Amino acid sequence: MWTKCAGLIFALALSVSVMPTGAKAEQFIVVQSTTSTQNSGLFDAILPVFEAATGIEVRVVAVGTGQALRNAQNGDGDVLLVHAKAAEQAFVDAGYGLPRRDVMYNDFVLIGPKDDPAGIRGTRSAAKALARIAAQKAPFASRGDDSGTHKAEMRMWGALDPTDASGTWYRETGSGMGATLNTGIAMGAYVLSDRATWLAFGNKADHDVLVEGDPPMFNQYGVIVVNPARHPHVKVAEAQRFADWLTQDGGQSAIAAFTVAGTQPFYPNATPR
Amino acid sequence: METFADILLRAFALIAQGDPVLRGVVGLSLYVTLSATAIACAIGLPLGAVVGGTQFAGRGGVIIFLNALMGLPPVVVGLVVYLLLSASGPLGVLGLLYTPAAMIIAQTILITPIVAALTVQVTSDMHREYREQFRSMGVGRLARIGALMWDARLALVPVALAGFGRAVAEVGAVMIVGGNINHVTRVMTTSIALETSKGNLELALALGIVLLLIALLVNAAVMTLRSASVRAAYA
Repeated sequence: MWTKCAGLIFALALSVSVMPTGAKAEQFIVVQSTTSTQNSGLFDAILPVFEAATGIEVRVVAVGTGQALRNAQNGDGDVLLVHAKAAEQAFVDAGYGLPRRDVMYNDFVLIGPKDDPAGIRGTRSAAKALARIAAQKAPFASRGDDSGTHKAEMRMWGALDPTDASGTWYRETGSGMGATLNTGIAMGAYVLSDRATWLAFGNKADHDVLVEGDPPMFNQYGVIVVNPARHPHVKVAEAQRFADWLTQDGGQSAIAAFTVAGTQPFYPNATPR
Repeated sequence: METFADILLRAFALIAQGDPVLRGVVGLSLYVTLSATAIACAIGLPLGAVVGGTQFAGRGGVIIFLNALMGLPPVVVGLVVYLLLSASGPLGVLGLLYTPAAMIIAQTILITPIVAALTVQVTSDMHREYREQFRSMGVGRLARIGALMWDARLALVPVALAGFGRAVAEVGAVMIVGGNINHVTRVMTTSIALETSKGNLELALALGIVLLLIALLVNAAVMTLRSASVRAAYA
């Protein structure tokens, strides 16, 4: 009994003493961001450039934009890099963030099976394509998770509310972009995806981009430093440095230089400060 | 699409190459889960032995409660630990969110009920055998629990392994409280989830096989030690 207890206590002490916690000597910031930036490989490409230039380690938590905003609102992060301008502005207006800045953009694409049962290929307008999918009751897989992509999808449906058909041809996965693509592809469904995730996606099967280039499919990413007045523990100097870097020459050219299979998924368009 | 044999080969190649990223991920998985298992055993084994080896009012209720907690959904545990450790939560000042420590806490909460409930089972069976003897020898309560735990030690090894298995395999809790941060809180299961969401299904499956092999190795190592101690006991 006592030897066993001693053994356990020793194991406990050991595990605490060698604990490689986040509290490393070097400085780091936590960035709340979206799955599209992580899954496309953007962070793997640009963060080493920032870390080499500043010595600040960047730790990325990649979730949907809705959850990222919520986590940042709780103070669980120093910077946001997300894509839902209206929700971002509301976040700043509520006092949770310092002024928002544009960083880069890309676009959403409507993907679907190559045989295109709803006949939307080449349609110029996303709204018209979605109306046709609804009229044909062709399967459509939605994020359904309050992410930036989900918010954009809901905007594109306009007055047509597909959630009335939820569970029939309209299927809400409640998951990230990649999981929704996997599900949609397995069901032969149409899916609205950001272009970056789709470009880097490894399980395209017989799905293809069918509708693209409509102005409402524009997808803007912005950076927000979490307001230290709300959350005093925010590492505002380092966070500000990251936001500045993203919106100035260093970050902007790193974003422009990033390609997936020869295609550039993100276009820098920072607003000068 | 790769065949299953290709995937298996890829999994073995990943291990054989000793890829540093994979090694880091495997190491963190083992570190987090073994720590959680050690803490869960330190709490769950004595707790289970107390419930298993003594009579008290409400004992049945405690057992039902422990058994029910075995079914705790990891994602709920993750959410609760997130709310506790969040900067806006009661323990936010500790700054543990998005660190391996947060993952250890979540897994410990997840598996302590499993260790305790299974220990109750093992020790109460044994207690039924020993009760008369304890009474005739006038053994005190603390000594009874100690004797039960010591005599049941071989049967308690699989209990610890059950806890380990549940912890090493779960993804819902560590994803939320760890954040799946590259090089900091990325473990086997969150890597598998990430590769799946990138559509890299073959790589995800290869990592899954690696995880299975690690679980197999840990179990084999522990069971070898156990049978060695059995031989020693009868020698």
